[in-house]
Amino acid sequence: MADSIISLKHLVKKFGNQTVLKDINFDVHTSEIVGLIGPSGAGKSTVIKTALGMELADGGSAKVFNKTMPNRELLADIGYMAQTDALYDDLSGKENLKFFADMKGLSKQETAKEIDHVAKVVDLTDDLNKRVSGYSGGMMRRLSLAIALLGKPKLLILDEPTVGIDPALRRQIWKELKHTRDEGRGILITTHVMDEAELTDKVALLLDGKVMAFDKPDVLKMQYDVDSIEDVFLKAEGVL
Amino acid sequence: MRIISIMNRVLKELFRDKRTLALMFLAPVLILLLMSFIFNSNSSTNVDIATVSMPSSISKNLDQTKHVNVTKYSTKKAANKALKDDKVDAIIQQKGNDYDLTYANTDSTKTAAVKMAFKNSMTTTTISTLKSKLTVASTALAKVQSQMPTATTSTAQKKQASTTPKITNHYVYGDSDTGFFDKILPILMGFFVFFFVFLISGMALLKERTSGTLDRLLATPVKRQDIVFGYMASYGILAVIQTIIIVMVTVWLLGIQVVGNIFNVILVNLILALVALAFGILVSTFANSEFQMMQFIPILVIPQVFFSGIIPLDSMAGWVRDISYIIPIKYSGDAAARVIMQGDGLSSLGLDIGVLFIFLVVLTILNVVGLKRYRKV
Repeated sequence: MADSIISLKHLVKKFGNQTVLKDINFDVHTSEIVGLIGPSGAGKSTVIKTALGMELADGGSAKVFNKTMPNRELLADIGYMAQTDALYDDLSGKENLKFFADMKGLSKQETAKEIDHVAKVVDLTDDLNKRVSGYSGGMMRRLSLAIALLGKPKLLILDEPTVGIDPALRRQIWKELKHTRDEGRGILITTHVMDEAELTDKVALLLDGKVMAFDKPDVLKMQYDVDSIEDVFLKAEGVL
Repeated sequence: MRIISIMNRVLKELFRDKRTLALMFLAPVLILLLMSFIFNSNSSTNVDIATVSMPSSISKNLDQTKHVNVTKYSTKKAANKALKDDKVDAIIQQKGNDYDLTYANTDSTKTAAVKMAFKNSMTTTTISTLKSKLTVASTALAKVQSQMPTATTSTAQKKQASTTPKITNHYVYGDSDTGFFDKILPILMGFFVFFFVFLISGMALLKERTSGTLDRLLATPVKRQDIVFGYMASYGILAVIQTIIIVMVTVWLLGIQVVGNIFNVILVNLILALVALAFGILVSTFANSEFQMMQFIPILVIPQVFFSGIIPLDSMAGWVRDISYIIPIKYSGDAAARVIMQGDGLSSLGLDIGVLFIFLVVLTILNVVGLKRYRKV
């Protein structure tokens, strides 16, 4: 098996009296796309925030690149895209990219090359000099993804990356994600779109603060004896 | 490196938001201009006085008083009518040896002005009466003296010189026009800097938090203090520009005299701006929306005005006065006033600047630690 990039073991996270994550166990390896699915409020974003070190685990361990999070230095190797677009509206697309490249600590030459590259991937090359306030919702989403891709991070953590993106572009983005994976990098992705979950290498089904199932989509479908990941999801929830 | 990138970004955002920029740079100028008009016109109230059967010497003296117009009326009745019609502000009538004064009293400052003018002219009249009597006496004396040995002449001359006092006024700062506005200006300057930097920086960080850019920023290997210092650098530059504009307006447009070094004024305001920035960032973490940020203005900003020294602190009760020790604007106002009015150098401002620095350091540390809320490392 390839190296483990993210390793979550018996992860527990509480907010006040409420225990959001009860017992989370799963790994993300190099050259692997792991999909995290679950109903809203299941704790998907909390898993991500703990993996990034923004939240501290109350129990168990969260390791990234075999180092316990939180660890500031490691963040240089992680590309993160949040649910909200999180862009500076008064700046142009290029200025947004440049700012985050600086924050990630890329060198000047790298920055220029990377901006060209990621802009091409998300198809924003022609709009880079426009201000973000003039972007459409889909363009903002693409720019947000482009920022996450900056600097070829070894690990991508994407929170609902394809919301509000049209089908053609979604396909293109998935192509890029698979390409990224084939380069030996790991991706953790949360999604609501079930047919996207089928595209992942492994699916972690998050329900009620626990990982109910974690396996390849085909295996899951066989286990639950259904035809699609959507049905797996519904069956695990107890609806079917 | 990252600090500079953050500074550049914040400045870019600020300079593209033309309205906020106008608020920061033009609003203080507008308010200062308005205030100078209001306070300066107040200090020279014009009063009209009606006199009835007054000795000409007194009314002449009255008439010569600045901002006083004297109109003679032959009867009290006619004067009363004028008072009623708002043509005059007061009537002065002589009755035998006594004077009878009637004030419209619709404006207390005018009443006070009339009282003052009347008192002065009475004194002047008395003095001139005395003077004329004295002249007669000294002429008589001179006559006597001329018949006496020359040794006493010099003392007599001295005496004669002292009977005609010449009043010359000396002002340490400003002139006879120096008023309330000049006194509050140094404090006001600090207030503008504090208010706008507090509000705009607080809003800016709030926006970073609500839009998610702060999370994204913290998902990069940036240090927490780099974010705080980046903000400090950008808003420090902004505060310097703002102070320069305010100082230029006060010096060249309002003609207010700055005795000390203008750079010291700018330096004091720069430190105050950094305190305001740190304060704004800290407070913004307790607000969930722009509106909630505005709610801190009456609680945290307005009370600062009361204790800043605009209202004399020595007339307050002891415990109330003690509150002023935790008011940053008090220290900056104090320091700026001493530079502007007394020309003090930096070395004698040590205490004020030192206290501001303590505010700055404590608030900055709180901010750097406070960002841990959003990223645990």
